[in-house]
Amino acid sequence: MFVALDKVFTMENVLYLGKGALISLGMAILSLLIGLVLGVLGASAKRSRFFILRAIGNFYVEIIRGTPMLLQILMLFSVVPSIYTAITGNVLRINVYLIGVIAMSINSGAYSTELIRSGINGVDKGQWEACETLGLSSWQTMKLVILPQAFKLIVPPVISEFITLIKDSSLTSCIGAIELLKASQVLGARYYDAMSPYTLAAIFYLIMTISISYIGKHVEKRLAASD
Amino acid sequence: MIRVEHLQKNFGQLHALKDVSLEVDKGEIVSLIGPSGSGKSTLLRCIHGLEKPDRGNIYMNDELMDPQNKEKYREQRNHMGFVFQHFNLFPHMTVLDNLNLAQTEVLGRSKEEATKKSLELLKRVGLQEKKDAYPNNLSGGQKQRVAIARALCMDPDMMLFDEPTSALDPEMIKEVLEVMKDLGKHGMTMIVVTHEMGFARKVGSRVVFLDHGEIIEDAPSEEFFSNPKSDRAKDFLSKVFYE
Repeated sequence: MFVALDKVFTMENVLYLGKGALISLGMAILSLLIGLVLGVLGASAKRSRFFILRAIGNFYVEIIRGTPMLLQILMLFSVVPSIYTAITGNVLRINVYLIGVIAMSINSGAYSTELIRSGINGVDKGQWEACETLGLSSWQTMKLVILPQAFKLIVPPVISEFITLIKDSSLTSCIGAIELLKASQVLGARYYDAMSPYTLAAIFYLIMTISISYIGKHVEKRLAASD
Repeated sequence: MIRVEHLQKNFGQLHALKDVSLEVDKGEIVSLIGPSGSGKSTLLRCIHGLEKPDRGNIYMNDELMDPQNKEKYREQRNHMGFVFQHFNLFPHMTVLDNLNLAQTEVLGRSKEEATKKSLELLKRVGLQEKKDAYPNNLSGGQKQRVAIARALCMDPDMMLFDEPTSALDPEMIKEVLEVMKDLGKHGMTMIVVTHEMGFARKVGSRVVFLDHGEIIEDAPSEEFFSNPKSDRAKDFLSKVFYE
């Protein structure tokens, strides 16, 4: 199975995979952060008084959650250059990492929308009423009372969204991003041994995901201090 | 001080309030009593505006409380303090911050002013030493006293209590009632939805008995308990007093 393990397992190759892992991690972090911003907007839209905003919020979430991320990445990869060409007349030399981050951000934003919305809904209704009787405006209530409590509810699912994004960043290998999975495939082709680099890639993924779980648990514990 | 005219409130098919009118004067302590589902909490919540009545008007000091007139309505509501059955303290803030929040955010008091006021009121409810505690480290009775102090920080002219002792362990009921009694002694106008008949009789000045969304009886406390007029009130009292 591991026919060329000794040849694959060199400092140079491990560093090559490590670089791929950093790219995966970087794409996941960026997508998570941009996704959270989109999530705040999406959750606000879904909670809006205005029908049209609610409809846009629902449309966004349903479309993104209802289609595979791979398809979203591929569509963005083919659609963006053609729009660019249609507008400017020039050919776009596309940065696949950028496309990857955009696609993953849009995807993560839909999930974050639901996370944030359910976090806000998870705060006891009595908190809104208490604020109302004290004369706080709805914005003050949201900022000072609801969001700080919703935050605690949101942290655990955001951690698992982060882990999902690290794994899903492997999908960008299909448009040519040399992240961790693609890097391991490159090594596999070079040494005619797929299993050895794949196993190393798996170890890299696990190091990242388990570390994040561990940090996440720690954060949760600290947040629970006032309970 | 507060006047309710022909209030109606439906929850779907349920007629929670059917044409309820009530007037409460300054300094009165009115106990709203009745079987569960009689509409007493709904009436209290409508008075504060937590529920929007389907019909009828509420006047504060002879001025209509109109939700459309936002600024005025907000100001009118700020004259009333509200205490909930389940306290609704802010769990992520210390006791002191719970009391300071609306003072600084709504009344625009400085942090020093607010803290001074808060400590004064915590002392009044006997919880000065708990100022840095988080609500979840307090007993039910302590939580409710903090909630009362929090409402009092806003200098209300009138306090509304929605079953303030119903969620408490029996041994903690008295400490909350004592605080309320003390408030009454200082002339606070109060409307109290309660199942504490002893409180309604001894501390309350007047009893309003509701059943099926209607006011059945409205009488001075002593008179209501010693000589109830309606059959429904008699029936209710015979059920709540175990002899």
